Parts: sequence; C-alpha cells; structure tokens
Amino acid sequence: MNNVLIYTENFDGKFKKSIYEIASYGSEIARQLSGEAIAISLGEVAEEELKSLGNYGISKVLTAAGETFKTLQNRAYTAAIAQAAQQENAGVIIFSASNTAKAIAPRVSVKLKAGMVFAATGLPSNLNPFTVPKKVFHGKAFADVVVNSERKIISLSQNSFGVKEHPAEVTIEALQVEAAAPANTRVTDTQKASGKMLLNDAEIIVSGGRGMKSADNWQPIEELAEILGAATACSRPVSDEGWRPHAEHVGQTGKIVAPNLYFALGISGAIQHLAGVSSSKVIVAINTDKDAPIFQAADYGIVGDVQKVLPQLNEAFRKFKAEN
Amino acid sequence: MKILVCISNVPDTTTRIKLSGDQNAIDLSSVQWIINPWDELALTRALELKEASGGSISSVSIIHVGNAGSDATLRKALAIGADDAIRVDAAPADAYAVAHEIAEAIKDKNYDLILCGIESSDYNGSAMGGMLAEFLNMESVSSVSKVEIEGDELKLNREIAGGFEVVSATAPVVVIVQKGIALEPRIPSMRGIMMARKKPLEVVAATGAEALTEFVHYTPPQPKAACKIIDADNPAELVNLLHNEAKII
Repeated sequence: MNNVLIYTENFDGKFKKSIYEIASYGSEIARQLSGEAIAISLGEVAEEELKSLGNYGISKVLTAAGETFKTLQNRAYTAAIAQAAQQENAGVIIFSASNTAKAIAPRVSVKLKAGMVFAATGLPSNLNPFTVPKKVFHGKAFADVVVNSERKIISLSQNSFGVKEHPAEVTIEALQVEAAAPANTRVTDTQKASGKMLLNDAEIIVSGGRGMKSADNWQPIEELAEILGAATACSRPVSDEGWRPHAEHVGQTGKIVAPNLYFALGISGAIQHLAGVSSSKVIVAINTDKDAPIFQAADYGIVGDVQKVLPQLNEAFRKFKAEN
Repeated sequence: MKILVCISNVPDTTTRIKLSGDQNAIDLSSVQWIINPWDELALTRALELKEASGGSISSVSIIHVGNAGSDATLRKALAIGADDAIRVDAAPADAYAVAHEIAEAIKDKNYDLILCGIESSDYNGSAMGGMLAEFLNMESVSSVSKVEIEGDELKLNREIAGGFEVVSATAPVVVIVQKGIALEPRIPSMRGIMMARKKPLEVVAATGAEALTEFVHYTPPQPKAACKIIDADNPAELVNLLHNEAKII
C-alpha cells in the first residue's frame, strides 16, 4: 500500500494548474513512501494531455471514459476511484479541493474506510502516525490531523504546495470499470460563461465592497481586472444588495480564495471576509477609514476614497503594463 | 415527501479562537453556539419548499450528533420552523463518525430529501453530506445553490467552473447546499419560540461509530507584518512596490 493515487479532474478535457499541483504533491508523498504515483482520469482527455502529468512525477495514468463519465455522477465516479485505489494498492489518495472533490472524496472515504483530511495546507509532517496540517475556523488556527485508518485521503488546498516539475516516464492504461447502476440524477442543462477569468483559477483578484457605493460604480474594478488579467469578486454586503452575483462573493460563507494578489477595494474587512481571503500571498487595501480591520490583514494600503484613487491606480498599472 | 436537514452546532463565526495552554485543544469556554450557517440556509429553504408545497411536503425534520449542550441550538432550529428533531447522543468525533451515526439513526425513516450544508464553519471538513450519502448508498448532488420542486422531480443548480448545471433528481437523494440556496436565514418569531418548547426533540443512543481522524495539536496563525501605507496621491508607488518589493506583478 505504498502507492499514491491522484484523482486528476479535467475541465473540458484539460488539466488546470491545481491538478498539476496535486500531481506534484502526490508524487512527492509517493517518493517519501518509496511507492509509485498513479493518476486516475475520468472522462474524455486526449493522450497528449494525459501524458503531461508525467512532468510532475506521475508514472501511470489510469483512464476511463464513455457515457458514464460525461457528467458528474457521484456514485459512478466514487466507484471508479475506489476500484483504482484497490487495484493499484494505493494507501494514500489525493484530491484537489474543487467542488468535484467535495462531492466525491467524502464518498470514497466511506467506501474505502479511509480517513480524510480536506483542504490540507502542506505535506504530511509525519508518516507514522500519518499527520497532515490543515486550517480550521477558516484560518483562525492551524491544526495537525492524525489519520488512523490504513488508507488515507488528502484533499490539497489550492496554492499551498505549488507546481513542481519532476519528469517521469508515463504509461497510460485503460481502467475497466463495472457498469454503473442507473442514477436518479441527471444533468439537463449547462450554463457556462466563456472567456471569463474564474475566481478559483485567478492569480490576481480585484474585489469591491460597500465602499464602491453602488452597482454602477463597478467599471473601474472591471478595468483593473482587465489590465491585470484578474478575476472580479466582492464582499458579502455587495452580493446581498444584488450589486454583483452571489458567485463573486468571497468570504467565509462564499468562496475561499488564495490568489497571489488580492485587492480589497472599499472593503472594511469583517472577520468573515478575512477568513475567506487570508491565504492570499499579498493583500492590497484601499479604504477611507485608516482604522478599518482590513489594514491589519493587508500588506500594502492606501487610506483614501477608492472612487478617487482607483482611476489613478488603473492609470499607473496601465503605464506599468505598457513598459513591462 | 419528508425532508431531513442535518444540523451542526458551531461557534459563532465572529468568535476569536483561543487555544488551550498546551495547544492540544481549542478553548471553547466562552463561545456562543449557533446553527452552522450553511445548515441554517438549508433549513430555511426546506421550510420555504414545505410552505409552497400545498401539503405535499409533510414534514421538515432535523438531526444532529452532539451532547445535551447542543439542545439550545436544536430548539432554535425548531423555533425557526422545523417540525421535529433527533439528537444522537454522542460527542461528534469526526465527520466519518457523525455521518455513520446519522445513517444508523435514520436508516428506517425513509426521508425523501436530505439536505446538508457544504461545510461546517469550525473544522471546514466539507465531508459529512457526501459521507452520509455513501453510508446510505444514496445519490448525492453537491455544491447546490438552488433547489426547486417540480412535480416528482427536484431541479437543482450545481455550481461548476464558470457557471452551473441544472440537475434533475428524484427521491431519495442527498443534496449538499452552499451560498445562494436561501437569501437570508430565518429568524425565530416569538410564536415560533413558544411552539418550539412543545415540539418533539428525541434523544437517541449512539451506536459508538468509530472515528478515523483525530485533531491532535493547534497553532495560531503567524502574525502578519505591519501594513505599508502608501500616499493616496502617489498610486504609482504601489505599482512600484508590488513589482520591485513583493515581486508579484
């Protein structure tokens, strides 16, 4: 059971950075265990894309496609991943922390009686007892979690390990899955924005709060996001007011994000908001109130009216982008 | 149709987290306890669906694994409008043990729709709902931000990268919900609080389900260096610092 199985979710047939990150992470654990790092890919993915996992230490990719894996059916996906873990003698199973991971990893945990640590923040600090670090209370404390079962499941929090190249010879093998029982859930429609930078993929996030005053004032935020190739986000009052869609709400009850750079514009920094953004590498805050809690969390700050400062800041970024 | 909502009892989300002296536990001595925010939204939506159903939804029940200290939180959920409550009498050791206890407690109760919040605001495990579905061998739909009922079918919006899928489901199913499922959690009315006292809160013995994980040690987050303040008239300096000092752009 020294092998490590990594569930490499695809997005329209492609792997994202977060998947190369968990491939890097899983293969590092496999080396510590003197085992093999094996990926499992479900759904249609081109061979060249599957082989790209070899750059991050994966030596074998199991793959299954077809009707069953066209849309996410949690029971069928769970059965395939559990089967792969058993067949490959995987003692550790790695997931990302995506919505799909939230849907499947807990089910695999029960199916294999494997204790799970969700949204781990780094490598196991100890292999025996198997101890994994994670945040609790949305970052207000860190905890060491000991997994006592024979098999273990770790979901890795995004941007907490990084993508690390470790070229390996990779083979691709078809996983023969048993036919799934018909599900009582089916996807009837898909609504997807195209070409928009997604919050969970973004390296930079530009986020606006109540200090923006109204939905009509969002244009400079959109502009900054465009200049920097960033995603836009907002605080809870903004989505509650309907100025921006709920999907943009970052914070404890919205999305938890961890970009390289987070702009908090007109956001005072309620404790619930900070809980959702505190893993950002660098936080920039602009707020009129110099005592606003956001400045406790920020690395760089400007005390001033965001509506006045932002157009000038956009100009400065535009100039920088033109010169660099 | 019978709906069950799973309830976790968590410290108020504004709580400042204090660790015990040896850092092997979180000091919960002065904590205010609340219904886990996602569970509260799930309960709110369940009640909205029941009220709009014209009687086809017969009951909204709640279930919780915890000791008697949770009863105030369960009474609040009853005051908000749940019809009855079950408390499995055990300390919630981990998500696996909690899901196992709930599965055992409800296996003969034939709930059609089981709603769970996507995570709890304390240990952020994102695990219980999916685990419960697997213990019950029921299909589950996670990251759901909208639940509607049309005839015999549930229409669910499941968030995916860049948008959502509409998922049709028939009972029985476990639906794991997130932000958007209900706009505002309901606040108990005075009448609700009075009525809650008489509503059934059944305490059932635990089966002794085993936990697979254990939280052994805690550390506070690293204190952050002081924020560098830049003159509002000189935003170019911010660009300079992000480029040359933070090396982030």
